[in-house]
Amino acid sequence: MANAQASSSYQNPVIRWIDSRLPIFTMLDHEYRGYPMPKNCNYFWSFGGMAMFVLIVMIVSGIFLSMNYTAHVDHAFTSVERIMRDVNSGWLMRYIHMNGASMFFIVVYIHMLRGLYYGSYKQPRELLWMIGVVILLLMMATAFMGYVLPWGQMSFWGATVITNLFSAFPLVGDPIVTWLWGGFSVDNPTLNRFYSLHFLLPFAILGVVVLHVAALHITGSNNPAGIDTKGPKDTVPFHPYMTVKDGFAFILFVMFFAFFVFFAPNYMGHPDNYIPADPLVTPAHIVPEWYFLPFYAILRAVPDKLGGVLLMFGSILILFVLPWLDTSRVRSAKFRPIYRWFFFLLVFVMLVLGYVGAKPAEGVYVVIARIATAYYFFHFLILLPVLGKIEKPLPLPRSISEPVLKKGGGPTPAGATAKPMEKP
Amino acid sequence: MLRALTKAAGVAAVLAGLSAPALGAEAIEVPDYDFSFEGIFGTYDEASLQRGYQVYEQVCASCHSMDLVAYRHLEWIGYSEDQVKALAAQNTVTDGPNDQGEMFTRPAEPSDYFAAPYPNVQAARAANGGAYPPDLSVIAQARAGGADYLKALLIGYEDPPPDVDLMAGMYYNAYFPGHQIAMPQLVYDDSVTYQDGTEATAEQISHDVSAFLMWAAEPHMVERKRSGVKVMLFLVVFAGMMYAVKRKVWADQH
Repeated sequence: MANAQASSSYQNPVIRWIDSRLPIFTMLDHEYRGYPMPKNCNYFWSFGGMAMFVLIVMIVSGIFLSMNYTAHVDHAFTSVERIMRDVNSGWLMRYIHMNGASMFFIVVYIHMLRGLYYGSYKQPRELLWMIGVVILLLMMATAFMGYVLPWGQMSFWGATVITNLFSAFPLVGDPIVTWLWGGFSVDNPTLNRFYSLHFLLPFAILGVVVLHVAALHITGSNNPAGIDTKGPKDTVPFHPYMTVKDGFAFILFVMFFAFFVFFAPNYMGHPDNYIPADPLVTPAHIVPEWYFLPFYAILRAVPDKLGGVLLMFGSILILFVLPWLDTSRVRSAKFRPIYRWFFFLLVFVMLVLGYVGAKPAEGVYVVIARIATAYYFFHFLILLPVLGKIEKPLPLPRSISEPVLKKGGGPTPAGATAKPMEKP
Repeated sequence: MLRALTKAAGVAAVLAGLSAPALGAEAIEVPDYDFSFEGIFGTYDEASLQRGYQVYEQVCASCHSMDLVAYRHLEWIGYSEDQVKALAAQNTVTDGPNDQGEMFTRPAEPSDYFAAPYPNVQAARAANGGAYPPDLSVIAQARAGGADYLKALLIGYEDPPPDVDLMAGMYYNAYFPGHQIAMPQLVYDDSVTYQDGTEATAEQISHDVSAFLMWAAEPHMVERKRSGVKVMLFLVVFAGMMYAVKRKVWADQH
């Protein structure tokens, strides 16, 4: 970096002039063209980039929506409907934004499960993982506040239930809730500050995403074998290999996204949110958006309010210490015969939690929620530390290129065949 | 006695104000009717929507408002500009204040939103025994089951089973959550006379008005689905090309 002037090999005089003063082109070239990707990465490695893509889609569609939205209890619902009816392509922007939130969580959850399966959180990527958990928390806050903005029944009552959680804390609870609301109930001040924060937080997420990518480019990407890369033989340059592969994956993802936007835009929403908010009428079942359901189930699994709140926050905060809870030094579940099954059990348990989260908290659903919650914490707090000690991992391959070459039979090493791209 | 009546009216008001999924402890199966707008190639049937508007005007509009729909929107269901002007002018809206500071009434114009039957919620409740007839602008999206539910509801009136005690001013409906609804049955055979000569069976009337309400809730649905088909076709081709490029670039790695 320090010697950018000498290394700047750009022909174009303008680019050369800029690059020798601010080596942005050299940086981009280094991070996005030359960045070595393990060559055995599968399509699960495309989900990080997809998440970045959805974030940008959300910011762009959100800016267009904000030009026509009115953050006032008397006008919010109507202004959203005006976007749907009278604003040119307003329906498209709103359906993209509305479904984009769900898409963001689908992509990020898959991205995280990939990390869990292939041990991407382990040394040396602990900080990378922790920054990711920060992004998840920011996303949850942003999504929650965004859901309040259309000011439908679920917006209002969801906001009331979730903000009321803070009242569970002794002594400071009630003052905190009043402070969050800016009054004595969810009302216009609440809507205004949620709008303000909903606009701000995505840019905070963008900043943390930059840190996430920066940290990634220090350690390098993990891979399905979970072993370190040993030189250029094991890797391919990001461009063109990953750009085309991710590009293909992105288009498939956009098709999935577009299917919901154009053919089932309200499938993941709740009909009650098309009823304008009414503080005097409580819906029978207040359900959050699907992506919060597992955590909502954990919240309601505990008879004690404070206990439920602590467990719910704990279920996410526990991810911060995951790199130290998992004592196994083998990253990929491919080589961990026992962990592998518990991983799938955890996924199943999360799905069960999501299912009971959508059901009323009564009868058998409470029992299921309690068992599933207990397993969730057992998995992280007891199973992972113990399993790392007692499990006998399968023998690891010596290098990435070994299994790849054995399977495919292409004898040429990667470094030699990667075509150097023309510089601008 | 009077006290019991007021109490019943109060309960009725609360019940009617509740949203569809609110009361249904048991989920009520709604029949799956055939509507022209279903499926990814579905389109609105303009003749049906125009009949539905006629039903709304002659039946629903005497109690229900539709605040988010303007007369000019009716051009989207096939009425000409002049027809929309004429349709709007049949209604009266309050405007003002004029330069004397007085509010005044005038015939509605295409730019006006549908004239509401009552000036406010309280007036609506007072006129309906305490029950508030909800605004119908997005009702088809605000009820689980959408247009199917609305159609089933309109022709779903029955005699109450012997074990059901109807509250005062309530009617028994097979599809309303909780089964007790403050709206009386209004759709019967020939309860409207269609201008286009279509036979006005109860089934036909409820079908047309439900389709109209779906249109009112999502006037751009056809545009959405049509764009969707184009976007998907483009993406399929794009994905195919991208896959070919990916295969070519990675050929030396496999």
